[in-house]
Amino acid sequence: MTASALQPNAMIQTVGLEKTYVLGAENIVRALRGVDLAVTQGSYVAIMGPSGSGKSTMLNLLGCLDRPSGGSYFLGAEDVSQMDDDALSEVRGRRIGFIFQSYNLIAQLTVLENIQVPLVYQGVDLRDYEERCQELARLVGLDDRLDHRPNQLSGGQQQRVAVARSLVNDPLIILADEPTGNLDSKTGREVLDLIDRLNRGGKTIVLVTHDDHVAERAHRVIHMKDGRIDREVVNRPVPETPEATFHHE
Amino acid sequence: MLRFQFIGTVKLGIKSLLLHKLRSVLTMLGIIFGVCSVIAMLAIGEGASYEAQERIKKLGSNNIIINSIKPAEESGQTASTRGFQIDYGLTYRDGARLQAIPGALRVLPMRIIRENVRFSRNEVPCQVIGTLPFYPAVVGMDVVRGRFLCEMDELHENNVCVVTAGLAQRLFPYQDPLQHAVKIAEFYYRVVGIVRETGTAEQRPQTGQMEGEPLDNNVYIPLSTSRVRFGEVLMKRAAGSFSAEKVELHRITVQMEGMSAVETADPQIKQVLNRFHDRNDYETVVPLELLRQAEATKRSFNMVLGSIAAISLLVGGIGIMNIMLASVTERTREIGIRRALGAKKRDIITQFLVETVVLSIGGGLIGVTVGVVIPFLITAFTGRITIVTAYSIALAFGISGAVGIVFGLYPARAAADLDPIEALRHE
Ligand SMILES: Nc1ncnc2c1ncn2[C@@H]1O[C@H](COP(=O)(O)OP(=O)(O)OP(=O)(O)O)[C@@H](O)[C@H]1O
Ligand SMILES: [Mg+2]
Repeated sequence: MTASALQPNAMIQTVGLEKTYVLGAENIVRALRGVDLAVTQGSYVAIMGPSGSGKSTMLNLLGCLDRPSGGSYFLGAEDVSQMDDDALSEVRGRRIGFIFQSYNLIAQLTVLENIQVPLVYQGVDLRDYEERCQELARLVGLDDRLDHRPNQLSGGQQQRVAVARSLVNDPLIILADEPTGNLDSKTGREVLDLIDRLNRGGKTIVLVTHDDHVAERAHRVIHMKDGRIDREVVNRPVPETPEATFHHE
Repeated sequence: MLRFQFIGTVKLGIKSLLLHKLRSVLTMLGIIFGVCSVIAMLAIGEGASYEAQERIKKLGSNNIIINSIKPAEESGQTASTRGFQIDYGLTYRDGARLQAIPGALRVLPMRIIRENVRFSRNEVPCQVIGTLPFYPAVVGMDVVRGRFLCEMDELHENNVCVVTAGLAQRLFPYQDPLQHAVKIAEFYYRVVGIVRETGTAEQRPQTGQMEGEPLDNNVYIPLSTSRVRFGEVLMKRAAGSFSAEKVELHRITVQMEGMSAVETADPQIKQVLNRFHDRNDYETVVPLELLRQAEATKRSFNMVLGSIAAISLLVGGIGIMNIMLASVTERTREIGIRRALGAKKRDIITQFLVETVVLSIGGGLIGVTVGVVIPFLITAFTGRITIVTAYSIALAFGISGAVGIVFGLYPARAAADLDPIEALRHE
C-alpha cells in the first residue's frame, strides 16, 4: 500500500495493522490480525467488542505507545510505524491526548501540576500557560480544586482532571480506553458529556467501550473480534468541517 | 526551550526528594560521612605533617647534626659505681677534622649544660649553650634586641650571654634585660642580646629525639667561656650518688653547601669520626632525611586515607543506587504516565539522574561543611594544627558528584528503558 492510496481527509489511517506477542517458541498471541481503519478529522469513533478482541492493543498502537508488528499506521501524512522512540514521544506529547480507564494521574502532584505534565515535555515556560490550565480546569469544573491531590478527589473528578490534561497540548486526537469503566453511570455521563463537547469543538475522538449507551454517542461504532474488524455501524454522519484535511506543518 | 524543560526537570527531582525527606537524608548519610571523613582526615594528616616538617626544618635542611651520646654499656656502671668518671663524646679535634669534609660550609661546636639561671629572685632551669659567634647563621635565629656573641667575647672568654625572648620575659618581668646580668652557677653574665629562633616563636619545648635544644629557656655564652667556667668535667648528682662525665662537645652541627652535599656527607662524616671513636658515643641526625621520611609517611598516610574515603564513598554510592532502584520500581506507573504524555527516554534519565546528583551533591555540601568544622574543633580543643586544603575539598566534592552520576546512571537507564505500556499497567 502506498501513500497515494490513502484517503485524502483521514486523520488516522491503518493499513493491515498487525500486533503479535511472542511469549515463547510455541506461544504466539496474534492480538491484531490486519486492521484497516480510517478515521476522518472531527469524527467520533467508538470501538466495541468482546474481551480480548484487541481493542486496547489497537488503541495503544493508535496512541503510539506501542509499535505494530506489521502493516502501517499513518497519522496525518506521517508513517508513524517507521518512527524512532524519540519521535514517537514527540507525537504522543503534541498530537495525542490520552484518557485511561484508571485515570493515571500522578499521585504526588496537585491537580494543576497533573494538568501541566504534558507541557513540561514541550519545553515551554509553564508561567505562560497558567491561564490556559485554569481555563481547562474551569471547563471540567475543577477550578476550585487546583491544589488538591488526586487522592482527595472522587473517581469522576479524577477522570475530569485526566480530560483536562489530555487537552492541555491542544492535540488532534483524543484516545480514551474505557474512560467510564470505573465510574458510576451518573458521573460517567458527565465525563461523556465533556467528551461530546470536545468533539463538537472539532477534536477527533477514538473511544473503547463495552457500553452500548456510550457507543450511541459516537458517529461510528467499530466492532472487533479476534483481532479483526468484524463490522461497522454508522450512527450519524460526521458533520462537515470547513477544513477537512489534515495539514502537517 | 530546553532551558525550561531542564529547570522543570531539576525542580521535579528536588520536589520528589523533599517528598521523602527522611529517606533522602538517610541516603545522603553515606556521602556525608565519606566526604567529611576525607576532608577532616586529610586536614589532620596535613597538619601533623606540617608540624613535623616545621620541627625538622628548624634543624636546618642543609645541616647534619652530630650529638654526643653516653655509650650504652657504661651507663649501667655509673649508677653503681661512686665517683666513676666517664669520658666520651665529641671532641674539639673532631670539629677540626669535620672541616675537611667536602662541601662542609661551617662546623659549629656546642656545649650544652643544664643549669639554673637566676636573676634576683627569679630562677629558671635552662640550657646553657656554649657556642661560637656564627651560631645564628647555622641555626635560623633572629636577634630581637642587642647583639649575638662576637669574636671578642670568644677571644677574651667574656662573661656575656644572649637569652631567648621567652626566658628574658620570665627572668626580667619588669626590668630591661640588657641593663642587667644573670647568675649561672657561681658566675654572673652580662646580657648582651635577646634572640628568637625563627618560625618557632610560640612553640613549647617538647621532648623528642629529633628535637634540638628546647626552643625556650636557652642561654648562649661563648664556647671558651663555657669551657673555662664549667670545666670539661661535669658533675651530676642523682639520688645521693654522683657521677662525673668528661664531654668536650655535646653537639657539632655541620652546615653543608646544599641539599645534595648533605646526602653524600653523612657517610663521610661517620667514616671520619669512626676512626677516632671505637665506642658508639655519637649519633648523627640528618634533618633532610627526616624530612624525606616525613614526606614518605605522609604519602602512605594519604594513601590509607584515600582508600578509606574511596570505600566509604563507594558504600555511599551503592546506597544511593539501591534507593534509586527501589524508587524506580515504586514509580514505574508514574514513568509510564510521563512517557505516554510525551516524555522522551532522556527526560526520564534526566529526572532520575537529577535526583541522585542532588542527593550526592547535597550530601557532599553537608559533608564539606561538617568536614571543615571538625578540624576547626580539633584545633580549638586539642591545639593540634590542622590544615584544610582547598584541594581536599575539591577532591571530596568532585568524587561525591561523580559517585552520584556513576551510581545514578544505572537506575535512571533502567527507568527510561521501561516499556511505556508495561509501565502503565504496573500496579
Ligand atoms: N503484553 C502482552 N503480552 C501478551 N499478550 C498480550 C499482551 N497484551 C495483550 N495481549 C493479548 O492480546 C489480546 C488482546 O488484548 P487486549 O488488551 O487488546 O484486549 P481488549 O479487547 O482490550 O480486552 P478487554 O475488553 O478485556 O480490555 C489478548 O488475547 C491478550 O491476552
Ligand atoms: Mg482493554
